[in-house]
Amino acid sequence: MSNVALQNITKRFKQVTALRDVSLTINHGEFFVLLGPTGAGKTTTLRVIAGLEKQDEGSILFDGEPVDALMPAERDIAFVFQQYSLYPNMSVYDNLAFPLRSPLRNMPEADIRQRIHHAAEILHIGHLLERKTAHLSGGEMQRVSIGRAIVREPRIYLMDEPLSNLDAKLRESLRVELQHIQKVQSSTILFVTHDQIEALTMSDRIGVLREGQIVQTGSPSDIYDRPVDTFVAQLVGTPRINLMPARRENGTLHVAESTMHVPAPDTLHAAFMLGIRPEDVKPSPDGEFAGQVALTEPLGVETIVHIRSGAQTLLSIVPGITDLRIGDEVRFNVVRERLHYFDQEGRRIVL
Amino acid sequence: MAAQPVPHPAVNYSTRVDEISPRARTLNGIRAVIVLLIALVMLIPVAWMTLTAFKSRPDAVAVPPKVLFEPTLEGFVSLLTSRRQLTTQQIEEYSQRTDLNWADQIALSRGQAITGPSNYPQRLANSLIIAGVSTIFSVALGLLSAYSFSRFNIPGAGDLLFFILSTRMLPPVVVTIPVFLMYRAIGIYDTHLGMIILYTVFNLSFSVWLLKGFLDEIPREYEEAAMVDGYTRLQAFVKIVLPQSLTGIAATTVFCLIFAWNEYAFALMLTADRARTAPPSIPSVLGTGGIEWAAIAAGSLGFLIPVVIVTFTLRKYLLRGVTFGAIRQ
Repeated sequence: MSNVALQNITKRFKQVTALRDVSLTINHGEFFVLLGPTGAGKTTTLRVIAGLEKQDEGSILFDGEPVDALMPAERDIAFVFQQYSLYPNMSVYDNLAFPLRSPLRNMPEADIRQRIHHAAEILHIGHLLERKTAHLSGGEMQRVSIGRAIVREPRIYLMDEPLSNLDAKLRESLRVELQHIQKVQSSTILFVTHDQIEALTMSDRIGVLREGQIVQTGSPSDIYDRPVDTFVAQLVGTPRINLMPARRENGTLHVAESTMHVPAPDTLHAAFMLGIRPEDVKPSPDGEFAGQVALTEPLGVETIVHIRSGAQTLLSIVPGITDLRIGDEVRFNVVRERLHYFDQEGRRIVL
Repeated sequence: MAAQPVPHPAVNYSTRVDEISPRARTLNGIRAVIVLLIALVMLIPVAWMTLTAFKSRPDAVAVPPKVLFEPTLEGFVSLLTSRRQLTTQQIEEYSQRTDLNWADQIALSRGQAITGPSNYPQRLANSLIIAGVSTIFSVALGLLSAYSFSRFNIPGAGDLLFFILSTRMLPPVVVTIPVFLMYRAIGIYDTHLGMIILYTVFNLSFSVWLLKGFLDEIPREYEEAAMVDGYTRLQAFVKIVLPQSLTGIAATTVFCLIFAWNEYAFALMLTADRARTAPPSIPSVLGTGGIEWAAIAAGSLGFLIPVVIVTFTLRKYLLRGVTFGAIRQ
């Protein structure tokens, strides 16, 4: 396992610039998640690290050594693809053995066997070893793909949305397993996803990518609690953060087209965007603000309540199933210490 | 850690397929009969040719045609030997001899004596060499260039592909004379090499396009996975792409082989004796001294067999291959 550093990577495809001056460091033993919407350049980043694409500018370092001139095979990385990556003409066993039988490694068959059985045990695919890959379910295929990565001891695992083609239940269980494996083996993983839940639950650190640029890197709590701009704030958290235009007047913060107002910090701009996480909007009988229930979405463990206040609709999360009904008058508070302020360009205002 | 995945119940309690409803059974029966009838109609020319190959000369031209007749190897004898006509006196003489084998006797019954082997086996061998080698070249070269077109970012790939295809747009017959003159000038007229080059070039455009279609269907993730797993691109190609493209290769092989095997116009113009292939020789050479229908049929039968063998050997891949990847899983 290694430290992997990207230094000022730029990658262009004809007219499109897929990556723009991306710099990142993934530390030894770290579970790093690259989060971003479709087309942000996540997969390109992985492919550049793997050597499947050549960057136009910048340099990739493994443990401080540039690897730019190395072939994918020589970089000693493991890649888990989103799909299609199991060799269809081979059994599961041969798929797992394939990287170990590489002429670069030249490993005795006995060692290969032992490693495969070890990996199969971790991933619960021991009963599938003799099967052809065409006869596997989606979840089994992705387990084998991950298995093919962990039979080796690569310098880094690169995972390209390996869970996104699975159904929700499987995704959840594999997510937990993957995290467990990573912690036990203290492997270095760069995991790419557009799913903010995967990012928040699995990662040690998150890098948010937008249109080929790194917007923010930090721990899950950094990203969630201190998003650098409205893009990051909206990307993480379900339901989405409430964003409303607001202004400061005479030391008071007024939400546009609403009766909501709270004391404003002195350093705040005159006009800005106010962000409130849904869990920080708390209905309460003696709440400060008045609103009306526009919609409820009961999820069992919690309910999302849409509260209309003036022309603004705020989302609120309340525990359990609420007895609020559509059209009910409701009073609510907001957690003042956890308000987010963004300027007109969407950048976070640090007070 | 998730629990051991258990097989889905549907796998264990799937519908039994060994109990077909009587209705479906009848329908299947009717279908089979129709298919059989179509197959029989299709096979009539081949069957007739096979019958003719075993007919005597009068039987072959009999009107109305004879379905039942006494089989004879006359056709094959006249196909495989060269003979001379005997005078009545010589026939008398020959009849007395005891050293005649069965072939000599068949010839004698027609008043002829065998003077030596015919050039048919040689022509068939030429066909085999030229068609075989040119097919191997067109498929091998086609596979490599199709792979390049499919996987690499080649500047002007579209134009190049169109250029390759455009070589097929002119009817081949139009260029036979120029090619003949060029071949004579550089000394590859009537050589195996010349015919192999010609057929390879003709088949290449076809094989590049066909194989590119097949290779495009193979996700590149397979090779990329192999490349990060510690293999070079070439090793990944051999270990992963090649086994995946077997159906495409088989289909292309058969198409190329059939073209090279059947080609008539160029073979007629560009070969004389040394490199003459079977198609132009069957009608011309065997026609000396009256049309020998039995010999022609026997020659065509011999000409048919190699293609049948190849197609039959590759049938497993062809079945999926000729659908051009439409019903791949």
